[in-house]
Amino acid sequence: MIALITEFLSVLLSTMLDVVPILGIIIFFQLAIIRRPFSQTRNLIIGMFYVILGMTLFLVGLDKALFPLGTAMAEQLTHPSFIQPTDSGTNTVNWKDYYWVYIFGACLGFATTLAEPSLLAVAIKAEQISGGSIKAWYLRLAVSIGVSFGIALGTFRIVSGAELYLFIIVGYVIVMVQTMFAPKLIIGLAYDSGGVTSSTVTVPLVTALGLGLSSTIPGRDPLLDGFGLIAFACLFPIISVLAYSQISNFISNRAQSNNSSEGE
Amino acid sequence: MFNIKNKFIRQLFGSIYDLLPIFVVIFIFQVFILKQPIPNLNDLIIGTLFIILGLTFFIQGLEKSLFPVGETLAYSFAKKGSLFWLLVFAFALGFGTTIAEPALIAVASEAAKIAAEGGVIDQTDQAIENYTFGLRYTVATSVGVAIFIGVLRIIRGWPLPYLIIPGYLGVVVMTMFAPDSIIGIAYDSGGVTTSTITVPLVTALGVGLSSAIAGRNPMTDGFGLIAIASLTPIIFVMAFGMLL
Repeated sequence: MIALITEFLSVLLSTMLDVVPILGIIIFFQLAIIRRPFSQTRNLIIGMFYVILGMTLFLVGLDKALFPLGTAMAEQLTHPSFIQPTDSGTNTVNWKDYYWVYIFGACLGFATTLAEPSLLAVAIKAEQISGGSIKAWYLRLAVSIGVSFGIALGTFRIVSGAELYLFIIVGYVIVMVQTMFAPKLIIGLAYDSGGVTSSTVTVPLVTALGLGLSSTIPGRDPLLDGFGLIAFACLFPIISVLAYSQISNFISNRAQSNNSSEGE
Repeated sequence: MFNIKNKFIRQLFGSIYDLLPIFVVIFIFQVFILKQPIPNLNDLIIGTLFIILGLTFFIQGLEKSLFPVGETLAYSFAKKGSLFWLLVFAFALGFGTTIAEPALIAVASEAAKIAAEGGVIDQTDQAIENYTFGLRYTVATSVGVAIFIGVLRIIRGWPLPYLIIPGYLGVVVMTMFAPDSIIGIAYDSGGVTTSTITVPLVTALGVGLSSAIAGRNPMTDGFGLIAIASLTPIIFVMAFGMLL
C-alpha cells in the first residue's frame, strides 16, 4: 500500500513537471501579451486538475497492470523455448517459425492504439469540426488497423533482417501517391495520426517486443533493429487513414450516383 | 449536479470500452497461447481500475481545460493580429513542452551512455552531460521550429504535403549518411516529443487558429502541427549526430 502511494506521488510529481512549463507559457502569453484575464477560470483549474490526476492514475495503472505482463509476454513469445525454431543446421532463421510473434504484434498494436489517450483527443476534435462526417470511432479504428499492420510487418522485418529504409521508402511512396488522390480534407488529419500513435501506451510495449525479438534472434543488434518498430507504427496509420477516407468517399460517391440514376 | 455525474458515468463506460481490447489480447495470449497463469492478480485489478479512472478523468479534463485554452489563445492571437507574437508563442510552446518532457530526458541520457560506450564521445561525466544537454536542446528546438513553421503554414495557407513529403525525403536521405548509432535515437525522438498533454493543446491551437482566420478551413488547415512536430526532431537529431 505504501509502495503504491509513493509510486503515485512520484508519478504525480513528474506529470506536474510536464505540465508546469506549458502552464507557465500559456499564463505568460495570456497576461503579458494578450493582456486579458482567462474566462471561466474555475472550469480551467478543475479541468487541469482532472488532466493531471487522470494522467497520473493512468500511468500508475499501466505500470502496475499492463506493462509488467505485456513486457513479460513479449519476452516469452520471442524466447527460443517457445518458438522452437526449426534447426536447419545453419545460423539462418526461418521467418515462418515466428508466426505467433506477428499475430501478437498485430493484436498488441491494434489494442494499445485504441487505448491511446492522445489519439482519442485528436479523434474527438476531428469529429467535432467535421460536423460528424468523420466519426471518432472509425478514425481510431483506421489508425489502429494501420498500427496493427505496421507492427506485424515490423516484427517480420526484424526476423527476416531486411533493411529498414527499404520498407520506409516504399511506405512513403505509397503515402505520396495516396496524397495525390485522397480527399484534401483528410490529409492533415492522416499525417497527424502517424505522430499521435507513438505515445504512452504503445511505445513501451512495442519497444519491449522489438528488444525481446532482436536480442533472441542471432545476428540482430537490439540497438539497431529494436527501434524500427516505432517508425513502422508511425508510417502505416497515415496509409490506413488515407485509405479509410478514400474508401468512404468512393462509397458515398457511388451511393450518390446510384441515387441520381434512380431519380432519372 | 445530476447531469455532471451522468456524464462522468457515461465517460467511465466509454473508457472501459476503449480499454477492453487490450485486456482481451493480453488475457488470450497469456492463457491460451503461452498457457501461463495470470500473475499478481491484485496488482492487475488495482492497476486496471487506475487506468480506467485515469482515462475518464483525462478526457473530462481535456474538454474542460486543454481544448478551450488552446482555442481561446488561438482566437485571441488572431484578433490581436500580431504575427510576431503568435510565432514567438508557437516556438515557446513547442520548445517549452519538450524541454521538460520526462521521456525525452530519459532517452537523452540513455543515448549519451550508448554514445560514450561506442566511443563517439569521451567516457567522462562531463562529456556525457554535455551530450545529454545538447540532445535535449536539439530536440526541443526542433519541436519549437516545427510549431513555428506549422503555425506559419496555417496563416499562409500552404498545403501540408509540400512540407511533409520533402521532409520525409530528407529523413530517408539523411538516414543513409548518418552514423548508425544515432539513427535509432533520431527515429525515437520523433515519437517522444508528442506527449499526451501536448497533442490536445497543439491540436486545439491549430484548429482554433484556422477557424479564426478568414479563408482557412479547420479540417484542411487545422491539422498537421503534430505531423510536423514528429518530423523535425528526426532531421535535427540526425544532423546533431552527423555534426558531432
